[in-house]
Amino acid sequence: MSSVPFNRRRFLKTSAAVSAAAIAAPYVHTSHAAGSLTIGFWDHWVPGANDTLTKLCQEWGQKNKVDVKIDYITSQGNKNMLTITAEAQARSGHDILAHPAWYALTYAKQLEPLDDVMNPLIKKYGKVAPAAEFLCKSGGKWIAAPAVTGTQVKPPCVRLDLFKQHAGIDIQSMYPVNKAPTAESEKWNWETLVVAAEKLKKAGSPIGLGMGQTTDSIDTVGAMFASFGADLVDAKGNITVKSDAVKQVLDYAKRLVAAMPADVFAWDDASNNKYLISGQGSMIMNPPSAYAVAKRDNPKVAAQCYTIEMPKGPKGRYAPFLPFLWALWGFSKNKSAGKSLLTHLQQRENVEKLVNASIGYDIPSFESMRDFKIWEQVEPPQGAVYHYPPRGGRQNVWMACAPAPAGIAQQMYTQSIMTKMIAKYTQGGEPMDKVIGWAASELEGYQRS
Amino acid sequence: MAAVLPARAAARHGGLRRLARRKSTIAFLMALPLIVLIGALVIYPAFYSMYLSMLNKSLERFVGLANFKFLFSRDTFWMVVKQSCIFAITAVLFKALIGFCVAHFVHNVPAKGQRKWRGMLLIPWVIPPAMSTLGWFWLFDPSYSAFNWIFTRIGIPSVTWLGDPYWARFSVILVNVWYGAPFFLIMYLAALKSVPEQLYEAAAIDGANWWQKIWYVTLPMMRNIISITVLFSLIVTFANFDIIRILTAGGPVDQTHVFATWSFLLGIEGGDIALGAAVSLFMFPILAIAAVFILRDINRRGNEA
Repeated sequence: MSSVPFNRRRFLKTSAAVSAAAIAAPYVHTSHAAGSLTIGFWDHWVPGANDTLTKLCQEWGQKNKVDVKIDYITSQGNKNMLTITAEAQARSGHDILAHPAWYALTYAKQLEPLDDVMNPLIKKYGKVAPAAEFLCKSGGKWIAAPAVTGTQVKPPCVRLDLFKQHAGIDIQSMYPVNKAPTAESEKWNWETLVVAAEKLKKAGSPIGLGMGQTTDSIDTVGAMFASFGADLVDAKGNITVKSDAVKQVLDYAKRLVAAMPADVFAWDDASNNKYLISGQGSMIMNPPSAYAVAKRDNPKVAAQCYTIEMPKGPKGRYAPFLPFLWALWGFSKNKSAGKSLLTHLQQRENVEKLVNASIGYDIPSFESMRDFKIWEQVEPPQGAVYHYPPRGGRQNVWMACAPAPAGIAQQMYTQSIMTKMIAKYTQGGEPMDKVIGWAASELEGYQRS
Repeated sequence: MAAVLPARAAARHGGLRRLARRKSTIAFLMALPLIVLIGALVIYPAFYSMYLSMLNKSLERFVGLANFKFLFSRDTFWMVVKQSCIFAITAVLFKALIGFCVAHFVHNVPAKGQRKWRGMLLIPWVIPPAMSTLGWFWLFDPSYSAFNWIFTRIGIPSVTWLGDPYWARFSVILVNVWYGAPFFLIMYLAALKSVPEQLYEAAAIDGANWWQKIWYVTLPMMRNIISITVLFSLIVTFANFDIIRILTAGGPVDQTHVFATWSFLLGIEGGDIALGAAVSLFMFPILAIAAVFILRDINRRGNEA
């Protein structure tokens, strides 16, 4: 076998030939010419909801020649939080990641500003929920876009039959089927609720609001505090817990807790669902996921479940809001593609597809998009979730622990300070002043920077 | 000169060969993969954690020991210290006691049936704790506890297992004891089997009763294994996370938090990685002191022997 030595002259010749061929060759437009985009979306509870999101992203990817790779990350065991923390530390990972409520603000400095995504969308669709804006903006810039999937409110889901029979309240006269609330709905306030709760407990079907340390409990209790005007920390970070409003809401909570099952302090996010589905509970506060499971597991109960607005307090009606946010990391190598996809997903027709896929569970943060037909169609009973999305400015869509600055609010939220205050005052039997003093000391600790 | 160089090279090769043949070199090479693994997964994270604990909340500024100083000023931190000690000490005490008693029981079961008992009693220890704790969670479920179902059937009032601070502490300790006692059982059983029968015979001739045999023969012979199992279990129990996280998540009102769960709450859920790292590191000196005392005692006895 003969061998030709690969000398310097031959190397130069070969290199020149390869270079010439490369330059002369026609440009081949590959299917992924605009690079790739990796996304970590929240893994939706509702079966099939992920499929619609995947389809929307893949369609966009094919059209724009971007190779889209999606991971659905569960919030079970806080896996999504661990992923965010790990990627922030490593400064590598997905391009776009779904952040739960406070996380975008925590990592604001590492996120790509999204003003060029959000401002045109706001121009087109109007304002977003103030609570979503509060969580998505840092230093006047949008650092995340309110996500469609996973964003929810947690209003009361009441049993029509039990409220009528034992509390004498005709829910549908206040909140008619597929129609705007009547004037009578003005009577639906926290006082009406506690009086009804006392009667329902006597009848053996107590209402159940979680007083534990998970999001359902914190969100609903946060809305209750807000409707009494009981802010623990103001927007400037000043501790305002020593107020009459806080005393008022704690006294109210004492009456409410007495009318509920004794174990509400140990409830997690699944407990209220189980309580409703069992047929014993006459009301919980939750997105329609509990109702959807009841439809499958206990259709007789589901046929009496009806979602309505939050009760009104001295300072108004506050809907417990828990949004997910879509954020683009600053280390992303394909920022323009990421921004383009986020804009695509927020188009009204795509938002509607996503909301339909979640059977109305997801709440669009754009107020102009809360008129989709899906909320009229879900039944039985007719109009079961029509009043689920907050409409017409009747409710303040509220993030628990707002208006405190994000750094303090996140600690208040994760340490569930409000439910702990209630537990200390009611279950623990501690004097009001001692509870408020304890809260003030805790809040002082959360102020560290 | 030319003859000297090959001789030197040969000596060097011979030296390398001798080094490679040396037992300690082979042992080191065989342990190297494990050393690398421990370096990457234990030592590096430990030092990184120390580094994190000395940064400010946004991880941008070195603050020295300020995070620890801050923790010492918080009541909740001292409550977590107290609870971690109560949890670990009580659980280890009961695990050791139950393990010791059951090991004696199994030791005295005729050899034919002993294997079955050993297998059955080890079940809690071999099931992944996250899975078995979920089973316990259903037994303690706030609304539909299986225990409460039985209680109400026999006229005993329901217990708020996970909703009342004291019952919640009892529940997490109970599950930890249930999970960890088989480890003590198997270690003590192995130790019991190695106690020479002649010692008991000699004690019997001296007129020792059952209790005296345990006090003067069994316990002294098992001292080292008891010390090591207690130390090992203390470390694992102090660092426990899964049982508390699944059963109570630290509640109600923080009354069941231990270092690991509180550190997770502050660092991962609360977004304060630096403070979370500082809390997790607080376990280190406590366990190091315990380890020094226990291991020193074992060494002393080893030297005496």
